[in-house]
Amino acid sequence: MKPGDEIELKVTPDRYATVRYAGASGDFNPIHIDEEFARRVGLPGRILHGLWTMAQVARAHTEAFGGPESLQSLSVQFRGMGVLEQEITVHGTVGEVGQSTAVVSSEATQAGKRIVRNGRAEVRVRSAG
Amino acid sequence: MTVNTDAIGKRYEPLTYAVGREKIVEYALATGETDPVHLDLAAARATGHADVVAPPMFAVVYQGRSVAQAMFDPALGIDFAHLVHGQQEFRWDRLAVAGDELTTTLTVADISEKIGIGFYAFATESVNQRGETVCAGTWTNIVRPPQ
Repeated sequence: MKPGDEIELKVTPDRYATVRYAGASGDFNPIHIDEEFARRVGLPGRILHGLWTMAQVARAHTEAFGGPESLQSLSVQFRGMGVLEQEITVHGTVGEVGQSTAVVSSEATQAGKRIVRNGRAEVRVRSAG
Repeated sequence: MTVNTDAIGKRYEPLTYAVGREKIVEYALATGETDPVHLDLAAARATGHADVVAPPMFAVVYQGRSVAQAMFDPALGIDFAHLVHGQQEFRWDRLAVAGDELTTTLTVADISEKIGIGFYAFATESVNQRGETVCAGTWTNIVRPPQ
């Protein structure tokens, strides 16, 4: 791993992604699972859970850097809203690489809009040998 | 809008969550995980884990009830109609695996207001049944003034 290395993950949440995530996470806010309710409160339709999108950002790191142990910390800001059935791209760039950890900055975009920004992770660097 | 900052520093009763193997699998499938350590006991054991491994972001599941304690606390009086999740941070000291019992304590880290927008930051810390820290989180919620 060296500064400037890039990671990318592409994922398209299917029509029922928020329903499954609601059950898995316990977050049943109707803006995520009830189309009619979401429209009634002025949304374009059901929107993604921010924490589902953050899980995709986390997965981009754990898949690139050697599994769940590799992720030491992750912080993100949520902006805008993610929608179903449109591809999301998580993109990350390795910054400073230290003795034991490296810093990775990231964002998630959908249809050209940033839905997660200022992602910052510390990733554990595995020593060679 | 004036936010009530009296609750800064408030600490809630610790809550214990028993991590279930099938719950991890359900969460892993719902978030698109493909690493077999999250999905299959034999694969997890073959790589030296005691049981199926929770993806790092499974922290939202075992810390969720503690966050709800504060979110629904009348002393904070959060206006749900205008609430958005602004920022989230986690730090993981060790992995959680099925069979762990994780005890989470939540503290109201900060409440502030800028140009009419309220910011509520909750700090969570989860320790396992051996008293080892597993994960610490900071949950920042934003309440916008009614239009």
